[in-house]
Amino acid sequence: MTSTGGNETVSTDETTPAGAPVTAPAPAPEARRARGGEPLLQVENLGKHFPVTAGLLRRQVAAVKAVDGVSFSVRKGETLGLVGESGCGKSTTGRMVMRLLDPSFGKITFEGQDITTMSQGRLRPLRRDLQMIFQDPYSSLNPRKTVGALVGAPFRLQKVQTENGVKKAVQEILELVGLNPEHYNRYPHEFSGGQRQRIGIARTLALKPKLIVADEPVSALDVSVQAQVVNLLEDLQDELDLTYVVIAHDLSVVRHISDRVAVMYLGKIVEVADRNDLYERPMHPYTNALLSAVPVPDPSDRGDRQRIRLQGDVPSPLDPPPACRFHTRCWKAQDICKQVEPPLVELSPGHEAACHFPENTTVSATDEVARAAVALAPGTTVVDEPQAEV
Amino acid sequence: MVAFIVRRLLGAVGLLLIISAVTYAIFFLVPRAAGVTSDDIAGRFAGKQPDAATLAAIKDRFGLDDPIPVQYGKYIKSIVAGDTYDTGTEKIDCPAPCLGYSFRTNQSVTDQIVDRVPVTMMIALGAAVLWVLAGVSIGVLSALRRGTLFDRVAMGVALAGVSLPVFFTGLLSLAFVVHRWNLLPEVNYTGLGDNPFNLLLPWVCLAFLYAAMYARLTRAGMLETMNEDFIRTARAKGLPEKTVVVKHGLRATLTPIMTVFGLDIGLLLGGAIITERTFSIPGLGQLALDGVNQSDLPVVLGATLTAALFIVLANLVVDILYGVVDPRVRHS
Amino acid sequence: MARKQQAELINGGSGDSSGGRGAPTSFLEVRDLKIHFPTDDGLVKSVDGLNFQLERGRTLGIVGESGSGKSVTSLGILGLHNRRNAKVSGEIWLDGTELVGASAGRVRRLRGQKMAMIFQDPLSSMHPFYTVGSQIIEAYRVHNDVSKQVARKHAIDMLGRVGIPKPDKRVDDYPHQFSGGMRQRAMIAMALSCDPELLIADEPTTALDVTVQAQILDLLRDLQQEFNSAIIMITHDLGVVAELSDDILVMYAGRCAEYGPVDDTFHRPLHPYTWGLLGSMPRLDRERSERLMPIKGTPPSLINVPRGCAFNPRCAYGDLNGDKSTTERPELLELEPGHKAACHLPLEKRREIWDSEIRPKL
Repeated sequence: MTSTGGNETVSTDETTPAGAPVTAPAPAPEARRARGGEPLLQVENLGKHFPVTAGLLRRQVAAVKAVDGVSFSVRKGETLGLVGESGCGKSTTGRMVMRLLDPSFGKITFEGQDITTMSQGRLRPLRRDLQMIFQDPYSSLNPRKTVGALVGAPFRLQKVQTENGVKKAVQEILELVGLNPEHYNRYPHEFSGGQRQRIGIARTLALKPKLIVADEPVSALDVSVQAQVVNLLEDLQDELDLTYVVIAHDLSVVRHISDRVAVMYLGKIVEVADRNDLYERPMHPYTNALLSAVPVPDPSDRGDRQRIRLQGDVPSPLDPPPACRFHTRCWKAQDICKQVEPPLVELSPGHEAACHFPENTTVSATDEVARAAVALAPGTTVVDEPQAEV
Repeated sequence: MVAFIVRRLLGAVGLLLIISAVTYAIFFLVPRAAGVTSDDIAGRFAGKQPDAATLAAIKDRFGLDDPIPVQYGKYIKSIVAGDTYDTGTEKIDCPAPCLGYSFRTNQSVTDQIVDRVPVTMMIALGAAVLWVLAGVSIGVLSALRRGTLFDRVAMGVALAGVSLPVFFTGLLSLAFVVHRWNLLPEVNYTGLGDNPFNLLLPWVCLAFLYAAMYARLTRAGMLETMNEDFIRTARAKGLPEKTVVVKHGLRATLTPIMTVFGLDIGLLLGGAIITERTFSIPGLGQLALDGVNQSDLPVVLGATLTAALFIVLANLVVDILYGVVDPRVRHS
Repeated sequence: MARKQQAELINGGSGDSSGGRGAPTSFLEVRDLKIHFPTDDGLVKSVDGLNFQLERGRTLGIVGESGSGKSVTSLGILGLHNRRNAKVSGEIWLDGTELVGASAGRVRRLRGQKMAMIFQDPLSSMHPFYTVGSQIIEAYRVHNDVSKQVARKHAIDMLGRVGIPKPDKRVDDYPHQFSGGMRQRAMIAMALSCDPELLIADEPTTALDVTVQAQILDLLRDLQQEFNSAIIMITHDLGVVAELSDDILVMYAGRCAEYGPVDDTFHRPLHPYTWGLLGSMPRLDRERSERLMPIKGTPPSLINVPRGCAFNPRCAYGDLNGDKSTTERPELLELEPGHKAACHLPLEKRREIWDSEIRPKL
């Protein structure tokens, strides 16, 4: 990539507020490839409710709605970032996509195959294509096994024949992730945190997967090491044509690594957009608040940044607020937000948001959203709300 | 919390039923399978060389020829509701909880157990006070002075204590303290009316074993707790070290020890068999032991059920106490 | 043996030759602080000669990666290291009182009273068996001879001041009944209950979500204005430092790599390690640069700190100095007013590298 290659902006000129700087250099080839790819993974209305029991008979009295109907798709070769605060359901979503957790409802399609209810036995061959990277590189590696055994395990489990033996194949992968192939016989505790995460990554790469779900892949690492691993993930993607779903709470990391970003709040996706679109023209107030809360490493920005401070805490997923789940903390909330749940609609090309009063858009969002809302919930009257702020 | 207690109580009752069934099966079914007939059992009750009529009367009285499940059902029923035996000449009323009559002495098993429980209880509780005081304080000091001479000596003695059974320390102390040096009188305790300090020697011997175990447990727990973040916070507040150790450290350390303590007490209340045997104290353990030696099935069964009851109750109390001590348990 | 050595170190620190420059004028001054831990594998030099000062109403940000010695420093100031297994030397002057040589009892009475600390994980940092209120009351009553009722009123007052709704109700709740953000507020209320003049915050927001982090940072800023306390903010997050600090101290392998006013240090950093930290951070406020510029390798073991410049094995520019980097430890020199760095590279060269190679790629 060239230095300008990172900029990939769709022609959003008509939706850009007047005066906002538009930086739209030619999209890089990779970026183009990314958006052109067909969907590898499709998730429709996926949900996970954990039952809560109480009383003498342990009857189910409630459910923790960890994930409550999310839909997204991941195209071949792209990176989708899933961000949100703790308890928003991003990790649960990742685990369901990996089928480490059984979904309560919804549908997961991987390469055109419905894997939502597929038995673990039938999933087995698919496990080669679907791999996961975990947050804690230490606890996810068996301390009694050598690096060679850990990275080679997938070959043995899947009974894959390798040309020059498993050892050779493992050493090639170790080299690929920047580890010394001679470390084949060492144990995980002999490595630093960053190197352990490399071992974890090496293990997922063994069978040349198509999709990797990375759950907080760098949040346990030191800043300088974190950057090494981020770079490694990017290099591997280019080299091996990988598709990533990166789950993280760090918005800066997600901005850096993702092509598209989905923001989650209380089990729902509130906004999905291309990386730059989302970070420069966030439409959902929650995204806005989230972005403005991140401290920026530039002291001269102190004071002049517009700050949005959310009050209080995220409500309990046991009893989420009705309609728009963000209305209890939203400074733009009107009556309609408490009555009609805003659907996730495309307000500008490739930019979806679930809000009655989205920002940064000239589209008459209220009407559009309200119309969609009525279609979803017939019988509700649409109040003529004031136009969204631009 | 109430639902929790009710659920645990129901569970405890269920557990006791299972234990009673298994015990009943072991003591009545297994001998039958090995060829023991109802005549043999009735013979044990009747004494030497009974005539056929006596045997028949006994079998009839105890229902020994009924199918086993029916016998078990009657047994449970008599525990819950009591029973009346008709010997032909007189009617014996056995009020609930009726555990039947000893084959040997023809005494009510319930009465025997009620006589023996206080004795065992005195042994267990007296020893418990000693071992908790000694074990916990030695454990705490050891943890605070980790690696010092005190720690090493204390843990060495503790290791010895854990490995020395009561019949060794007991007999040794009897030989020296009582017989050679005449420091203490003979152990002779039969019931609540007697002077409890007569039990000093059994207390010390039993407590020595347990104190050693508790010292090691406390030390390990304390070492872990003193590394917790909240201890660092307590120090950062400027609390005196004594407050940090006792109010913050010990409080958290004692919670898991409480669980072990509950189990130990429950176990001992069911009969401190070795201690009672060593010092010839007529407690529940002695009763059970005699019952086994003399194939006195109702006594063995009764003693076993009583012991199980104590363990189940102790567990229940510990679970409830956990909720009292740890607010996180109470609120979940 | 170890005890004797320690005693010597303490005497050497507070008394005669090495640093006996008398009481400083600054509110807090740390001079040549060393905190070493003898272990079976060797001597761990967690902090190895640290100097800084701090005035009331100002904030110092101490930045570093894990194992850089930043947390060990903060615990050292509070005197929280076990004197049996930590060897502490140097001087810590807090408002005219020297703490390293002071008796344990004296330091304890200052702890919580004149200097207080908040920790990273508020859940594990509070005792699970006591209510939030009773833990605050306890902190207040150690240093103030008041009745329980008065202390309770004070605790409720403090909870209200740190923004906990319905403080008169929440005072009787246990820590696990609070949310993460509320717990950290309660920790702050506890730390501030005796109105300390020095507050040390050790990664206070690392365990929290961004929106809650923003609330807590705002709170600290407001409380500092209200109480005029000095704050040491220990963090690995350069963003937090940039938002809150007046000065910044970058630690590497137990020593100071760079120390200066926050604007100078961010806009004209003078140490390659600081460049590395800035280059490693993905930015939220800018278009992404093509790649992050990580520092190669990993932080060194504190038992075997590299000879010469500790950063040399990871430094991209170490070769420019010939042998000097591997033989001679760079001194912390004041290169601009108040702005110090410990690096062998000639200053002009450093400015050139920053302007031409580093800054354009951030």
